[in-house]
Amino acid sequence: MTEIAATSVPPTVVGRSLWGDAWARLKANRAAMISLCYLILMGLVCIVGPWFVPHQYTTIYSDYVRTPPSFSAYPKEEMIKTALDDVVRRMRVDVKDVKQDGGNLTITLTSSKPIDERYLRYLDRSDTFDGAQILSKSPEGNELVIGTTVRQAYFFFGTDNIGRDLLSRTLVAGRISLAIGLLAGVVAVVIGVLYGATAGFAGGKVDEVMMRIVDVLYSLPFIFFVIMLVVFFGRNFVLMFLAVGAVLWLDMARIVRGQALSIRRQEYVQAAEALGVGQRGILLRHVIPNLLGPVVIYMTLLVPQVIILESFLSFLGLGVQEPMTSWGVLISAGAKNIGTANWLLLFPAFFLVSTLFALNFVGDGLRDALDPKDR
Amino acid sequence: MLIYVFRRLLTAIPTLFVIVTLAFFLIRVAPGGPFNQERGLSPVIKANLEAQFGLNDPLWKQYLNYLNNLLHGSFGPSYNLPDFTVGELFWKGLPISVQLGASALILALILGSILGVVAALNQNKSADYAVIAVATAGSTIPTFVIAPLIQLVFGLSWKLLPIGGWGDGALINKIGPVLTLALPQIAIVARLMRGSMIESLRSHHIRTARALGLSDWSVVVKHALRGALLPIVSYAGPAAAALLTGSIVVETIFSIPGVGRYFVDAALNRDYTLVMGTVVVIAIFTILFNLIVDILYAVVDPRVRYD
Repeated sequence: MTEIAATSVPPTVVGRSLWGDAWARLKANRAAMISLCYLILMGLVCIVGPWFVPHQYTTIYSDYVRTPPSFSAYPKEEMIKTALDDVVRRMRVDVKDVKQDGGNLTITLTSSKPIDERYLRYLDRSDTFDGAQILSKSPEGNELVIGTTVRQAYFFFGTDNIGRDLLSRTLVAGRISLAIGLLAGVVAVVIGVLYGATAGFAGGKVDEVMMRIVDVLYSLPFIFFVIMLVVFFGRNFVLMFLAVGAVLWLDMARIVRGQALSIRRQEYVQAAEALGVGQRGILLRHVIPNLLGPVVIYMTLLVPQVIILESFLSFLGLGVQEPMTSWGVLISAGAKNIGTANWLLLFPAFFLVSTLFALNFVGDGLRDALDPKDR
Repeated sequence: MLIYVFRRLLTAIPTLFVIVTLAFFLIRVAPGGPFNQERGLSPVIKANLEAQFGLNDPLWKQYLNYLNNLLHGSFGPSYNLPDFTVGELFWKGLPISVQLGASALILALILGSILGVVAALNQNKSADYAVIAVATAGSTIPTFVIAPLIQLVFGLSWKLLPIGGWGDGALINKIGPVLTLALPQIAIVARLMRGSMIESLRSHHIRTARALGLSDWSVVVKHALRGALLPIVSYAGPAAAALLTGSIVVETIFSIPGVGRYFVDAALNRDYTLVMGTVVVIAIFTILFNLIVDILYAVVDPRVRYD
């Protein structure tokens, strides 16, 4: 076999590296590439997007509670009226006349008593009106003509139960969910690789004991483990990834151990040993590059698992806490309001599910690209 | 065979013991106690309660006590639902969870297998791609998204199903939860079945069967399917244990009074006995179904022998 290869391949041809080869095959996979682009786009939108949305994710617009999503500007005609009624009730005055001219309103207020001008503050304080000023005043002071502009606001995704913009909340939630997915994924991979590689290389009794420990942890109900970690660490946002990552390393450890064991027995490693290559050289040149493939594949499949787990915990109220938010928190709120405000469920659910899909396609694509058995 | 089953049941005892011990000490290490919640309990009452339940004894004594009670078949009283013993809670909730889980499992096994076989027989044709698409969707979308979507579409828009509730076990109340539980399982079973069926169809005995002129139906159903069932059987064991012990997401969203909720609530409230009860029940189910899987293995595949 080697003899044929040596004679038939011209020595000038530079072989493609494992990674170059994998990248070429990944590029040929349409679904994986589209998904990869989608993920990059999703990441960018979630990271950069909130700065371009005119609403903060924590700002509460009390005039816009459970506003349905719309591409046109709020407030709508009838909303101006209800908002005005609300303000006027607080000012304890009556409206005599309202004239609307584009975004400007001219309101004539009357009252049995002279109207305190400081009441105008109520207009500015509402989310609908802005820049209220007195145009004219009756001599007794109980009739007031005021001009005000209507504050325009866009809620493309609508607003939630207490009047926060869902678009900015969904994007900020995406930041959190993606960040937890990546960071917890890294935590799990680091623990798993170190543990598995140690067990695989040490072999013998050490390996035996280390893998028994993994078996015991496996046999505990998974959710029990997570909940115990949450109970210990408290509902702390940063510790959440540690908890999640610490739960998901078990598979990684097994995969890496198996790989390490099998690579150590490969003929090319024996050949390298026979040629006098040191332990370090073998580790760097042969073992680590061959371990990386499965680690990368598993990592891409781990990230969606972590995101689901985080969302699941947040769904149960154990994960990310208000006013911070994640897709799981939003979906949980949406599930409670499907009767009255289904957009609260649909938008976050779409973001979460489409991201999970894309991650899965990329993971499958990477597996096809990196799996040596496929060649 | 009987000897094998007996031996397996014997080895289950130390496994259970390890799990119970681990869970007992883990939950005790967690800070707080069952009566420490912010409920403004007066210190005297709290002390009395703790004395009554023996929570002031040294931990090893409580542990031995618990084991003793367990051996006598008692899970002890629930701390946070004081009118019930843990046994009573499971007696009431478990049948509900088991009903839903079993229906979902059967549905998933039948439907998933059919889909998988159809996909395998039409490999790389449109039917295959359709099944793969369904399987990808089913295994990607989390249950806490599927459940409210089912409520939204079937409950609110089309008004076919009730949005939630158990309704004393009326059939119509079970459809939503069972569908939610079954969908991800259908996806996994279909995927497994497709893979193992493709492999099975390629094997020598199938080629022989075809060469002998057996009909397609007989080749697929009598010969190929049997060989392809093994991965499904080994998957079904742990899946059954997980499904029958209740799903917290499904039971919360559909307001089902099953046992799925107990575990999380109990762990958060440090309801020690209820946590332990849940762990024991889940462990028993897991051990039992693993045993059933191994027995079924021998039934499906005559090469497997336990002598």
